[in-house]
Amino acid sequence: MRLLRRIFPHPFLTLLLTLVWQLLVNDLSLNSLLFGFFLGIVIPVVTMPYWPNRPKLQNIPMVIEYILVVLYDIVVANIAVARIVLFKPDAARTPAWVRIPLELRSPEAIAVLAGTITMTPGTLSADLSAKGHSLLVHCLDTDDPEAVRDEIKQRYERRLKEIFE
Amino acid sequence: MAFAGELLISFFLIVSGIFGFVGSFGLLKLSDPMSRMHAPTKATTLGVGGVLIASILHSIFIEQHLSLHELLITLFLFITAPVSAHFIAKWHIHRHETPESLPDAGDDGVWATHDIEEDEDAADMPR
Repeated sequence: MRLLRRIFPHPFLTLLLTLVWQLLVNDLSLNSLLFGFFLGIVIPVVTMPYWPNRPKLQNIPMVIEYILVVLYDIVVANIAVARIVLFKPDAARTPAWVRIPLELRSPEAIAVLAGTITMTPGTLSADLSAKGHSLLVHCLDTDDPEAVRDEIKQRYERRLKEIFE
Repeated sequence: MAFAGELLISFFLIVSGIFGFVGSFGLLKLSDPMSRMHAPTKATTLGVGGVLIASILHSIFIEQHLSLHELLITLFLFITAPVSAHFIAKWHIHRHETPESLPDAGDDGVWATHDIEEDEDAADMPR
């Protein structure tokens, strides 16, 4: 078991690298599969010093649910932003800054949350507070900044908390 | 079957064309720098995404083999787009916003971009 941990310090990364190599080669053969697997073993071992406190993914079904929710939101976000850009006169638009107090503590989870906010409906993550306890978000058009804050906390942060912590 | 495939491919190409256009148009039309960033970070996701889906469908229906390395482009786009948008936003805050013009940063007092140590020499340096 310990030998297995030495060879695969990061089993998900091994799997991901093998998969990405298949996609890069774009042709499934024993040759590419073996070489992808070889890279999947070597790269985690070589980069081990760079992730001393790597997060553990707690809840795999939640990861899939999160990806689906975000993909759906991206499509909705695109249509919503397109409507604002095309049909709403600039004077009628009310941009706003919103502060989101964070319950997440792990840097990886905050990075995923910030990236998600940028990709989804009318919001853009702009800055983190000095000690990383809140996130500054810019809204393209909102009447109610507090509703935006609650939705982000409820929809994304709650799920990320279950995944990472 | 081939006709249905072509129809589907054209649909995704048209969708991506429309959203690509909206993204660039938004960059011109919106008035302030922060709002301008919304258009390219979002509309282009679906714009590029549409082309990639069309490309996957083309390989299935027309070339008769499965090609999925388009998914990697999507993956890389999802990683890079928020990071570059974040850089531009930080630049904007650094040059055009003061701690007073932004909302209160809660317990931490100040946003990270404004968390700079005062340097006496810096005042004399040319900008």
